[in-house]
Amino acid sequence: MATLNQSAATRKPEPHSRQPIEGTTIFDGHEAMKGYGLNAMCFSFNDAANRKAFLEDEAAYCARFHLTPAQIEVVAKRDVLGMIREGGNIYYLAKLAGIFGLNVQDVGALQTGMSVEDFKAKLLAAAKED
Amino acid sequence: MAETVGGILTSHVPAIGGAIARGAQNEPYWKPFFDGFLPVHKWLKDAKPDVAVVFYNDHGLNFFLDKMPTFAVGAAKQYNNADEGWGLPLFKSFEGMPELSWHIIETLVADEFDVTTCQEMLVDHALSIPAELSWPKADRWPVKLVPIAINTVQHPLPSPKRCLALGRSVAKALANWPGSERIVVMGTGGLSHQLDGTRAGHINKEYDRFCMDNLGPNPDALTQHTSLEIVDLAGSQGIEILNWIAARGAMGENVTEISRNYHIPISNTAAATMVLETLPAKKLGLAA
Repeated sequence: MATLNQSAATRKPEPHSRQPIEGTTIFDGHEAMKGYGLNAMCFSFNDAANRKAFLEDEAAYCARFHLTPAQIEVVAKRDVLGMIREGGNIYYLAKLAGIFGLNVQDVGALQTGMSVEDFKAKLLAAAKED
Repeated sequence: MAETVGGILTSHVPAIGGAIARGAQNEPYWKPFFDGFLPVHKWLKDAKPDVAVVFYNDHGLNFFLDKMPTFAVGAAKQYNNADEGWGLPLFKSFEGMPELSWHIIETLVADEFDVTTCQEMLVDHALSIPAELSWPKADRWPVKLVPIAINTVQHPLPSPKRCLALGRSVAKALANWPGSERIVVMGTGGLSHQLDGTRAGHINKEYDRFCMDNLGPNPDALTQHTSLEIVDLAGSQGIEILNWIAARGAMGENVTEISRNYHIPISNTAAATMVLETLPAKKLGLAA
């Protein structure tokens, strides 16, 4: 079972003038160009045969989609915030997470540096706030 | 003449599809959400729609970043679901209504909404889950489908103002449709949630309440924010409220609220369900 890189989840987002919202990456044309190969690879995971091919030979599969060295590294480390920094979009990255049996709460916990239990508790607490 | 009976607005979280497949509707975690559909089922029994015009956003099943339309209208004879990559069971296919799709497209383009048209279109959980919730355990869908996809993935996104105007143009098309169908409008997604970044898990009850309170009586209130401001308020995926806003426009000018349910959390989402019934113009005239 692959594990994601916990330490990466605590990294602070780099300030960027095109990114006005704290803790949030606006997926615009700039990000879409940067992340094209990574997102194209994730989009291919709609097909079960492609998911299998990725698991069998990750490096070869990443090469097929011309991932940059930085993208290959963050995918290898299962570093979700790193994938977003390299132009990954969560709608497509969720398909990669699915290969490892991770749901969006697992991914949320990884990105916020919390345990899954704490992340779920945070969501439950939101129900009680007023 | 065709009649627009009203609208159903609901979250479309993928995990709901898993819960339906497992039969988990009555588990404590899920029951508060699924119970919000009891009044929807009751309303549908009387409203008896035979066509659904559904505003939703694709999550990387039919559209990828190679071609990303801002507004896309389906004009297919049939719409299939397919593997979305994360283990959801396949959902039933929908029968299309291409003649109504083209009538809507003609009206939209005449109103200067230069939409993308799709004679082949896969539909994802964002469309299938609301249908499963509205017509549970149906052998086949009781409605024919006109899907309208709004880009909520790649910025720049259309503005709330533009989405409401798009919906209102669809309302005009539906009012001019010579058929005798009963049409339900649906808007899916939201409410506040964010999946990505260090702000993952963001929820904003106050903004959600503002949306639910105003959507029926005063939908223009929701156009006071830009799409970027809505991302700030409601989260990266909370922007799916654009589908609700467009759907509200398509319901016609006056609606009355039939039901509302709001529950935190379903997965990472503040989940909500509403039914707004369209008031016929002539009935209003009599009342006045």
